[in-house]
Amino acid sequence: MNTNTVKEKSKSTNMKTATKISGAEAIIHCLLAEGVDLIYGYPGGAIMPVYDELYKFQDKLTHILTRHEQGATHAAQGYARVSGRVGVAIATSGPGATNLVTGLADAQIDSTPLVCITGQVGSHLLGSDAFQETDIVGISTPVTKWNYQITKASEIPEIMAKAFYIAKSGRPGPVLVDITKDAQFETFDFSYEKCTGVRSYVPVPKPNMNAITEAARLINEAKKPMIVFGQGVILGRAEAELKELVEKAGIPAAWTILGLSAMDTEHPLNVGMVGMHGNYGPNVLTNECDLLVAIGMRFDDRVTGNLETYAKQAKVIHFEIDPAEINKNVISEVAVLGNSKETLQLLLPMIKANKHEAWHNEFKKRYEIEYNEVIKNDIKPTKEGLTMGEVIEEINIASKNSAIIVTDVGQHQMIACRYAKFNQTKSNVTSGGLGTMGFALPAAIGAKQGAMEREVVAIIGDGGYQMTIQELGVIFQHKIPVKIVVLNNDHLGMVRQWQELFFEKRYASTVMVNPDFVKIAEGYHIEAKRISERKDLKATIQEMIASKEPYFLEVKVEKEDNVFPMIPTGASVSDIRLK
Amino acid sequence: MEKKWFTISIYSENNIGLLNRISGIFLKRHINIESLNVSKSEIENVSKFTVVVFTEDEVARKIVGQIEKQIEVIKAFYHLDDDTIYQESVLFKIASSLLFDERQIQNIIKDCNATIVTVSRDFFVLAKTGRKHEVDDMYTQLKPFGIMQFVRSGRIAVTKAEMPISALLSQFKKQQ
Repeated sequence: MNTNTVKEKSKSTNMKTATKISGAEAIIHCLLAEGVDLIYGYPGGAIMPVYDELYKFQDKLTHILTRHEQGATHAAQGYARVSGRVGVAIATSGPGATNLVTGLADAQIDSTPLVCITGQVGSHLLGSDAFQETDIVGISTPVTKWNYQITKASEIPEIMAKAFYIAKSGRPGPVLVDITKDAQFETFDFSYEKCTGVRSYVPVPKPNMNAITEAARLINEAKKPMIVFGQGVILGRAEAELKELVEKAGIPAAWTILGLSAMDTEHPLNVGMVGMHGNYGPNVLTNECDLLVAIGMRFDDRVTGNLETYAKQAKVIHFEIDPAEINKNVISEVAVLGNSKETLQLLLPMIKANKHEAWHNEFKKRYEIEYNEVIKNDIKPTKEGLTMGEVIEEINIASKNSAIIVTDVGQHQMIACRYAKFNQTKSNVTSGGLGTMGFALPAAIGAKQGAMEREVVAIIGDGGYQMTIQELGVIFQHKIPVKIVVLNNDHLGMVRQWQELFFEKRYASTVMVNPDFVKIAEGYHIEAKRISERKDLKATIQEMIASKEPYFLEVKVEKEDNVFPMIPTGASVSDIRLK
Repeated sequence: MEKKWFTISIYSENNIGLLNRISGIFLKRHINIESLNVSKSEIENVSKFTVVVFTEDEVARKIVGQIEKQIEVIKAFYHLDDDTIYQESVLFKIASSLLFDERQIQNIIKDCNATIVTVSRDFFVLAKTGRKHEVDDMYTQLKPFGIMQFVRSGRIAVTKAEMPISALLSQFKKQQ
């Protein structure tokens, strides 16, 4: 043990040197050394030694008992997404561990830093089909950035340090550490040293100046340039650099669903969302621009539509931290590898000021078309029934565009992402890549706990809400003041929309027979209201936002509204339909 | 796009579960692994996977990118057959009586440059190292006489050009 290690240890955990402690206690000290003060989880046989230590350390480390392990992972994701820190979830072996899989997969595809700890049967029982034994390392391999099974207590400090380092460095992702029960009981001499590198792993590639110079040349020469930014801007903390680039070069900027909130939605050069239910202008003009500058995004199929016809006329510059994303879906003329903040900082001095006014007008023209055909009817409807869009608009007004919006998956998600306004980064929390119904309610808990000073509004459909509805128990128990808005159309709306458009209105299993959601919320002692008329909308939303307590609002919306614009699967981005 | 034979070489740490992680990348893209060999490499404590797949160039490139992304993978490369020197080994177990009854077998052994590993009262074992078509050819010749057991190893390969990993690996060496 070197002196640095001792210092680090005494600073972070106030431990005397060379004290023998149990593996379970060591896990707590590792978490504390990594600055963790909040974890989500669910106890069970194989993780009991760790829970016993959590009991002793409850003044330093808060454990939130979610009502299902999936909720623990989504809460940890919500926490990580708004705080920029690593989210931690803990579960027992067997079913506890398998219940983490959806959250791991979600965090993997949306690059969210998580450390998940699972208990495992004693090492002498491994492979024997013991009670609650499951091969969680095998199961979680495809959905984790890294995973490891610990069978000896002495491995704990190094592996935990590595787990945190890998989860948060480079392109973040979920890590799972599986710890056998005997390793939790075993005692050993504990010391902790933070991990600063893994020899086989290059988290951030070094920027190549030639590529950056070439990128600057293409940007300066472009007549019709367009930026599409993704979550890489948020993860790289490059919001200021993105804004400077957009303003200096006068480039219209559009976002992917996970890039939303990296740039003020009201910024005049923010031209909206790309992709399946994105805005008309940026989708159509993707196929008219002469330069597409992709920053921290991965050309997901929901963004590109048919790749054969995607931006074929344009040169593509791809700013990206993950080399495996380069030329994976879209071939780029110039690939700029590295952290987005670093590469944009190197790029900016080479960028010439420009306005591209005529080009920007092309976006404005198309916005007018979309406004008249779609947006107006969504946010200022004249028909009788309430629309999802007008609910979002009222939330914007009541929260002054400053709330964190957590969404689930489906029509309400697309409408929320289209119409929610943001003036701060890290404010849009949604399940983008995996499309996990049931994500929002637990994620909202984590989001609130990751940013207690912010307003957090969960917007959920009546289907997804019932997938993790039991997490109301956490909101009730800990009085977590999240605002829950269920946009109830009594359908699995997005699937119903597809059935209407592509399956000749055969509504197979998409009509929902719903319970009394207000009564359920009230059962958890959460203030709850239901509205179905426009006259009640504004006042109720104002009341909800003003409340300092958890608040549940069910809004009965039109049952068969569709989300437009829409790029049908396999169609080109320029074939986006307005109706 | 035309499919070709690719040899994928992966330098990695020697850790439990990494094989699962790597094979999962092929599984995810629904690609069959034709041959797999794992051994130590020129650098101490660095393992080398040699994977042979029949696929398109673009797929090989993307797979290698996704393999290299794994934390415990140091570097991965893909090569066409022409860029590598590659071999496979086979063992044949054959009834000893045939060695005396079928004189042709001795000629096959000589022609194919095979070696006799062991001879016992009941059986003898032949070993042959070479390219796939060479060992396949020997198999075809011996088949009519009756083969008691046959096994072929995964392909092993070295590249004609220098692996662009050498500098990195020598750095590892210094650290050790």
